[in-house]
Amino acid sequence: MEQTLLKMAEEAKKNLEEAKSLEEVNEIRVRYLGKKGELTRILRGMGDLSPEQRPRVGQVANEVRRILEAEITVRTAQIKEKIKQARLIEEKIDVTLPGTKFAIGHLHPLTRVRRQIENIFLGLGFEIAEGPEVELDYYNFEALNIPKDHPARDMQDTFFISGEILLRTHTSPVQVRTMERMVPRIPVKIIAPGKVYRRDDDATHSPMFHQVEGLVIDTRITFGDLKGVLQTFAAEMFGPSTRTRFRPSFFPFTEPSAEVDISCVMCGGRGCRVCSYSGWLEILGCGSVHPRVLEMSGYNSEEVTGFAFGMGIERIALLKYGIDDLRLFFDNDLRFLEQF
Amino acid sequence: MRVSLKWLREFVDLEISPEELSEQLTLAGLAVEGIHYPGKDIQRVYTGRVVKIEPHPNADKLVICWASLGEGEPVQIITGAPNVEAGQVVAVAVEGARLAGGLTIKKAKLRGVESRGMLCSWQELGFDPKFIPADQVHGIMVLPPDVPVGVDVKPLLGLDDVILELEVTPNRGDCLSMLGVAREVAALFNKPLAFPLPRVAETGKNAADLTRVDILEPALCPRYVARLFTNVKVAPSPLWMQARLRAAGIRPISNVVDITNYVMIELGQPLHAFDWDTLEEGRIVVRRAREKETLISLDGVTRELSADMLVIADARRPVAIAGIMGGLETEVTGKTVNVLLESACFHPVSIRRTARALGLRSESAVRFEKGIDLEGCLAAADRAAQLLQQIGAGDVIAGAVDNYPVRKEVEKILLRPARVNYILGTRLTRNEISAALTRLHFEVNGAGEELLVQVPSFRNDVRQEIDLIEEVARLHGYNQIPGTLPSGVSTLGIRTPEKEIAEQIKDTLAACGLTEVITFSFTNPAVFDQFNVPAKSRLREVVKLQNPLSEEHSVMRTWLLPGLIEVLRRNFNRRVTSGAVFEIGRVFYPREGGLPEERLMLAAAGMGEIGGGWNAPGLRIDFYFLKGVLETLFQEIGVRELSFAPESAHPSFHPGRTARVFCGEEELGILGELHPDVLENLELPLRVLACELDLAKITAAAKRDKKYVPLPRFPAVQRDLAVLAPKEVSAREVLEIIKQAGGPLLRSVSLFDVYEGEQVKKDFRSLAFSLKFLADDRTLTVEEVASFLEKISSSLAEKVGAEIRGEKAG
Repeated sequence: MEQTLLKMAEEAKKNLEEAKSLEEVNEIRVRYLGKKGELTRILRGMGDLSPEQRPRVGQVANEVRRILEAEITVRTAQIKEKIKQARLIEEKIDVTLPGTKFAIGHLHPLTRVRRQIENIFLGLGFEIAEGPEVELDYYNFEALNIPKDHPARDMQDTFFISGEILLRTHTSPVQVRTMERMVPRIPVKIIAPGKVYRRDDDATHSPMFHQVEGLVIDTRITFGDLKGVLQTFAAEMFGPSTRTRFRPSFFPFTEPSAEVDISCVMCGGRGCRVCSYSGWLEILGCGSVHPRVLEMSGYNSEEVTGFAFGMGIERIALLKYGIDDLRLFFDNDLRFLEQF
Repeated sequence: MRVSLKWLREFVDLEISPEELSEQLTLAGLAVEGIHYPGKDIQRVYTGRVVKIEPHPNADKLVICWASLGEGEPVQIITGAPNVEAGQVVAVAVEGARLAGGLTIKKAKLRGVESRGMLCSWQELGFDPKFIPADQVHGIMVLPPDVPVGVDVKPLLGLDDVILELEVTPNRGDCLSMLGVAREVAALFNKPLAFPLPRVAETGKNAADLTRVDILEPALCPRYVARLFTNVKVAPSPLWMQARLRAAGIRPISNVVDITNYVMIELGQPLHAFDWDTLEEGRIVVRRAREKETLISLDGVTRELSADMLVIADARRPVAIAGIMGGLETEVTGKTVNVLLESACFHPVSIRRTARALGLRSESAVRFEKGIDLEGCLAAADRAAQLLQQIGAGDVIAGAVDNYPVRKEVEKILLRPARVNYILGTRLTRNEISAALTRLHFEVNGAGEELLVQVPSFRNDVRQEIDLIEEVARLHGYNQIPGTLPSGVSTLGIRTPEKEIAEQIKDTLAACGLTEVITFSFTNPAVFDQFNVPAKSRLREVVKLQNPLSEEHSVMRTWLLPGLIEVLRRNFNRRVTSGAVFEIGRVFYPREGGLPEERLMLAAAGMGEIGGGWNAPGLRIDFYFLKGVLETLFQEIGVRELSFAPESAHPSFHPGRTARVFCGEEELGILGELHPDVLENLELPLRVLACELDLAKITAAAKRDKKYVPLPRFPAVQRDLAVLAPKEVSAREVLEIIKQAGGPLLRSVSLFDVYEGEQVKKDFRSLAFSLKFLADDRTLTVEEVASFLEKISSSLAEKVGAEIRGEKAG
């Protein structure tokens, strides 16, 4: 009997080695170790053995069971591992196929730049103000010290609705409206982004474009403060290594007036095609608020002073993104807009 | 203003490079927009006299010339110039010469005959075509016969000059002259200004006995100086004068006219020369034009004048539009012998209005509009007289008629040094301030806290203290003023809630796959017909532009949609056939007696599909796409009680695929598929979805305050319910019935499938809902849920004749 057991064990081991699948292994386990299996069947013949033989055969039988179970465990693990390895190989994908495309939209580059400008000034404590796009001549010109027949009116070719109503040519009327609303309170510290209109249409002029106006009124506001604020803005907008320079200029509603250049964003100031080899790019106009403008809006120009500035959002966006044609902003080609 | 450096150096001794000068001028407010070196390429071109011409043996159109350069043998040159003649003085490019554009001259054989140089044309020396005399356009440049031969042509023709192109701001009319720029340069570099007063040798009787000037409108003409010249010989002006005029961008015409232009450029005083003999009674009357009076101006155009225009007249008729342009009948011609020279001052506004009314801009008008130096009229007339004499073009009659009814008052301004520093944020001393102004020709007096500053007569732009402060800042240098940040009360920089929501809307729409566009606020009135807008619609009540650029941009938009559809169409025509866009912008409606109403709108439109790829289908842009976008948006910004009501009457939209959008009772706008007729009008061969809503209403409805709702502690029970309902019953009705019948424990209902077709009986459709029941205090039993469902199905059957086709536990 002992021989039979050992023979069975040998046979089972051999079968196990040959087994290819978990099912086969299971089958082998049932066949040899199951309730109705070989081992049970062989042990049923124990009754025929002498009492002396029985413990010995029992011992052998337990040993055989233990060995076979261990073998089954090992074999099972081996096959599982093999299956897993096969699966991993089989599941290989082409990782170079494109990923799932998410249909997200894009904000207009002018919105992005406007927000960036706004955020810089919000950080400096400015509020955001607004005004109508269709304006009275008074707010667009008169109250900004540009009377009728003033040569400065030539600087801005105007769309008229009627004799006294026009499309605002700059965001500066918001200065006046804000002062009228606030007077005599100080400080006034606003920016006013918005659409403006001029009767011009070519590669460098659009009949509609966007500006951001800025106005600060308080006691002891100096031209130096104007410089400091705009230097901060330029560094935030174009990077900390950006240099600025202030050039005297003329706007009827500011005095002293200035134009602000930044070191060229393309060449860093060495001179290139973008900056016409000057190293500088003009980005905005500004100045101390003209005393007459303060007075017209009801402030006492001896007691308060202020500064104002205005910049074209398109201009900044052109420089920031390296766009070479203003008209792209309003052409709305999706292939253009999707780049932002 | 084009500034010749050679000319400028007559006034100021300058030893710096043109680049350095440009930089300094720019930083002082006279922006240099360009530096031109007109003769930079030109080398080895000399004056030469054509001594002999012979026909070319092998070519009909060529000749052999010999040009003498003074010393040595005449140079043999082959030329094809039709205007070459023996005896002429011409510009000879010799071997090794370089011409404009870098062309180099070498010895060459032309049809077998050697040519050792070239006779140059104006073009080859780099001249602007507008400066080329008519008889020399096709051919070589011919110089006056008295020009010495063998000399370098560059100094002779101004080709050794450097020209700065200055952008002069409207307030600085005084810098539209060499003298004005020289004053600035002298002040900037702290150099003396050399400007000798003109001296004239006069002859004959006194001008005052020979002519008369009557100013009938002293307010419009505060000063009129007339000088008389006689024995005038009209001829070309000397080369040096021509060169300077060209440098300034002015075409030389004849000595008398050139002198007037020369003085205008030099001193900023526009002059006009009349042929004195053509003036009726030889005298001048400055008056308003009579209504409908006409004048043929120098350019040959007959101008109809009106009573608000100032004219220069003789005893009978107008002879010039004052300060703008002279008349043809009294102009200086080759026959002119006697000249009356005008050096006057006219009111800027009057000049401006007249120039605008006539559509006439001239160098003269530009200067009068910006204001000239009233005190300089006589000196300018004298300078012209001096030049006339100097170039031997005639004799100057003694004296001048100087009619000066309105004297310019000397402007004196109080300046507080403390105020200067207060405005600028500087610490300049009294002396520094005083010195800066003195350099700019202001006269500074006074002691103590205030300075009394007298403004020079040429600075019409300086009228008050702040103007002086700017002058101080300018000369001190803007870039010397330290940048500081404002002190004082700190302020809070935050966006208003309305603005914050508008930004959030943009972000959300972009997240939903829509791309933002910005379109023009003006539109084409034809869009209303294209969009089938009824004649009486409010959309047609437009704000019109008086002076539009074109009909397509002639009215302000009353809605955003047409602009967005135009964007889709433009993209479609460029083969971008899928896309969804949105815009937030203002629309405009006329309002009685005031500014138009401006309303901020939100519109979106789309076509085709978005997203998708090899592993997933794209999202088709249909009604439900755009509706879903709005639902997502409104959920995101907290607009609740949203509803969509079918709309079949809007003529721009598909009657069966359009809804009005409501928040509670408030209508926000419209959403739908464009009407096929509209699409046909627009030639768009695909479906287009669009919506337009009132942004102010959306913003008002948005509730951005978020409140936490505790998470459920007990499991929810989910059931799917397929409802077989008659087709005409809307999904919303079914949903409402389910919600109502489901009771408070029915926490959510969502539609997940719609089916109509073979499996479903005719005129019915199957709507499949997923229902979720949940109690806060216990786990619901199967029996409880079954009773809820029972209630729901009986309610559906009762109210809309629907039946439950199947239910299953989720």
